[in-house]
Amino acid sequence: MLSKSLSTSDHPLSRPRSLWSVFHIDPILLALLLLLIGGGLVVLFSGADRNIEVVKAQGIRMGVALVVMLVFAQLDPAVFRRWAPWLYLAGVAGLAAVLLVGVGAKGAQRWLAIPGLPRFQPSELMKLVMPMMTAWYLSRHFLPPTLSRIAVALVIVLAPMAMIILQPDLGTSLLVGAAGIFVVFFAGMSWRLIAAFAALVSVSAPLMWFFVMRDYQKQRVLTLLDPQSDPLGAGWNIIQSKTAIGSGGLEGKGWLQGTQSHLEFLPESHTDFIVAVLAEEFGFIGMLVLMAVYLLIILRCLYIAATAQDSFSRLLAGALTMTFFIYIFVNVGMVSGLLPVVGVPLPLISYGGTSSVTLMAAFGVLMSIHTHRRMISA
Amino acid sequence: MPWGEFKDVAAERRLFQRRTMVMVCVVLVMLGLLVARMYQLQVVEHDIYTTLSDKNRVQVQSVAPPRGLVYDRNDELLAENRPVFGVTLVPERVDGMEETLAQLEALLDIPEEDMERFQRRLREPRRPFQPIPLRYDLNEEEIASLAVHRHELPGVEVSAELVRYYPHSELTAHALGFVGRINREELQRIDPVNYAGTNYIGKSGIERFYEDLLHGQVGYQHVETNARGRTLRVLERQNPVPGEDIQLHLDLRLQRLAHELLDGRRGAIVAIEPDTGGLLALASVPGFDANQFVTGISVADYRALSTDIDKPLFNRALRGQYPPGSTMKPMLAVAALDSGATTRDKTIWDPGYFQLNTGGRRYRDWKRGGHGWVDLTDAVAQSCDIYFYEIAVEMGVDTMYDYLSKFGFGEDAALDVSGALSGLLPSRDWKRAVRSEPWYPGDSVNLGIGQGFMLATPLQLATATSLIANRGHWVEPRLLKSIKGDRSTEEFLPPGGHSPLELKNPDDWEFVVDAMAEVMHGTKGTARGAARGASYRMAGKTGTAQVFSLAEDEEYEEEDVRERLRDHALFVGFAPVDDPQIAVAIIVENGGGGSSTAAPVARAMFDAWLQDFPGEEKALVSGTGSGGAIDAE
Repeated sequence: MLSKSLSTSDHPLSRPRSLWSVFHIDPILLALLLLLIGGGLVVLFSGADRNIEVVKAQGIRMGVALVVMLVFAQLDPAVFRRWAPWLYLAGVAGLAAVLLVGVGAKGAQRWLAIPGLPRFQPSELMKLVMPMMTAWYLSRHFLPPTLSRIAVALVIVLAPMAMIILQPDLGTSLLVGAAGIFVVFFAGMSWRLIAAFAALVSVSAPLMWFFVMRDYQKQRVLTLLDPQSDPLGAGWNIIQSKTAIGSGGLEGKGWLQGTQSHLEFLPESHTDFIVAVLAEEFGFIGMLVLMAVYLLIILRCLYIAATAQDSFSRLLAGALTMTFFIYIFVNVGMVSGLLPVVGVPLPLISYGGTSSVTLMAAFGVLMSIHTHRRMISA
Repeated sequence: MPWGEFKDVAAERRLFQRRTMVMVCVVLVMLGLLVARMYQLQVVEHDIYTTLSDKNRVQVQSVAPPRGLVYDRNDELLAENRPVFGVTLVPERVDGMEETLAQLEALLDIPEEDMERFQRRLREPRRPFQPIPLRYDLNEEEIASLAVHRHELPGVEVSAELVRYYPHSELTAHALGFVGRINREELQRIDPVNYAGTNYIGKSGIERFYEDLLHGQVGYQHVETNARGRTLRVLERQNPVPGEDIQLHLDLRLQRLAHELLDGRRGAIVAIEPDTGGLLALASVPGFDANQFVTGISVADYRALSTDIDKPLFNRALRGQYPPGSTMKPMLAVAALDSGATTRDKTIWDPGYFQLNTGGRRYRDWKRGGHGWVDLTDAVAQSCDIYFYEIAVEMGVDTMYDYLSKFGFGEDAALDVSGALSGLLPSRDWKRAVRSEPWYPGDSVNLGIGQGFMLATPLQLATATSLIANRGHWVEPRLLKSIKGDRSTEEFLPPGGHSPLELKNPDDWEFVVDAMAEVMHGTKGTARGAARGASYRMAGKTGTAQVFSLAEDEEYEEEDVRERLRDHALFVGFAPVDDPQIAVAIIVENGGGGSSTAAPVARAMFDAWLQDFPGEEKALVSGTGSGGAIDAE
């Protein structure tokens, strides 16, 4: 209850401050992230078939993403809270603009090209803004939230989700929606309600199949159930990635020795399917190491969330962490044939800039939450 | 509280921490699920996926064996293999099939049939990144223009394969035959494994007859390929066994001479080495370029060849069935002597015609007024028809049929010449079966001078002549002289099976040979002009065959009509008389008389074989010290 009045940075009672906290960095999280990024670049070199240019480009992107993370880490969580509603409105406006005047490729409109600004994806922005907005809304009142607040929160979550589905971009919509839902979950939505929603989802799934899902999405689900039904078409990717993973065995074929990826059987070997390269070349042991690093990052982030000082920070930190986990689960599940093919990259390892920057910004937010502490309630 | 509500901060924190613990459990369970999935794929099912991965990257490719080469008796190359370039497309890598095809059509001439075949293959199910051939046999200009435009045409590739090439095709097309693309019927009968990499098969002639020998055994290679089917490296290779190189009895020089001698005319020359039965020359003029047929002849070119008035595609030497005319007389003389229908001394009076019964139909001699008193030698030398009318009637059809069939008429006696026809040796049974008529004595009269129903191919005439040169010893004609590898010739050359023609008095052979020599060297011999000045003795017989009719739908210029209604000129003979080295049969279509047109051709062949070529070889041997060709004689 004393939190508000005591300022943070220059209070005479603060502990002797380490260099880390001056720069608002959590060294444990930073070390884990650098380990993941460094290992990712090694795997990427193989996944991109020894193309050092790809690795350089990714290295530069990761550098930019680290800077973005540091910038976010400097901002006080209160800034995020204050800005959340406005950012949310801007994001929804951006999504509407994408649907009206957006540009894109392969039948999907995802980009917004505003003259004078670099092209960007409002949906990517929503991955950060959605948990901020939902956390802002729910943390204004006491927790656990009442039923009516939960209903409002769901509207906040579902509206942008629907707009992203219309682009269409199932993967991003899933991640954005998850971010919001996790906030609601962490806020303390009752288990009875959760069970009711689970029941509702399972009932609505057939309706989704017939009225919402597009043919190519249905095809992906069918392909997941029986990849052999179309081995040269849609099933090709999944058969080849399973073959890559399975043939890696316990110890793998060795770095740069993966035949599936280097002989071009494995599609998207440096982007969405890069985990198959890792699995093929470093084997089950390599996969265990990767999963361990991811798990440590998640545990560290949940610890940050659990030790955060106010509800907004907690909800935000928890939801961002779980979104990161959803990335991992959806991507690895897809590549290993557990889930349908959805365009979700392997976080911080797959080649590509936008999602890396967003993810690192999220870690910046987490570091901000952890390092902008009010002394007494710590 | 900024929002003016009561918040139990501690309770909210506890609530959040409980939820966080739930989430940690969820994360652990789900990551555990992923790890379990990895364990299933990488450890439990590892073997399955290793097999799949190897199957993916390792492909078994068939390697077509290079087809065996064909040499003439002097090791002159008659059939070889050369690389031919074609253009293939990988549909997965093509940007816009329509535009690419349009662009290719602007660069290359793509026949409609090729385009149709390509479109059909495009619609069929296939492995991704498998190239589909569009057109074969690009010329250098086309290869160059493809290379220039290569960057605009992703997925378009130029590929090479070994294709048969006949360096002297105009001369050898009829003797060798040719290969062509395997068609649907052939696909049914070939061994699919051995022909897995082969696109060509022998269609006719030697190429067809010795297909098994020339083709060889398919090889395999295990190659590592990428998903686009591009070969990255060969892991393991079992080399194909190349087809056997074979040597023919054919002499390209003699073959060329035969073509030169008949140049501008239509006809055939068959030359046999009597000792071996080896076909030294097998010429049908005009010839054609079989190379056109190998990669597929265009419809226009084929129409031009098949409607040519000179019928270049028609193999006159093997399939031209002509009335043999007087060239039958030596064989009939043998028959008459041995059957007792005549004797060496028997003379008859030739008034210029012959009647079966007094007052009946007069069968004319070619010489108006007749030859007067003639014996058998005179009858052969001067080609007296009346004498042969008489002995033909005396022998009757059954005797003539017996003897003539022993000379190989009415059958295809050649061992390895595919597509040869059997001619027609008429008999009582044949006439009853085909014509539903009995055999009339008049039919025997006609048969006595090789006219009437009788038909023979130049190859049959040469075979029969060679039998006389061999004095009844049968050596079936053949093309294969030797196989260059370890395989034995006997393994592939069918057995002959003709028993020798033994006469009651073997001396009769010499008598008939002398009569044939008299044709060439006698004062009244019909071919004495052709033998004038020869340093060796030769035996021969001229013949003239009437041209009966033209097909009604054929329209010729009047000049042509007159030319093409003239008689066929024929000649059979061998030389030297005592030690025959070469036996020939010659037909010059519409050449007029055998003595004036065909006999000089034979003389040129004899001279070349007996004098010019050995002379060349002697010069060659003394000049270079190489004795390689000396045993050819």
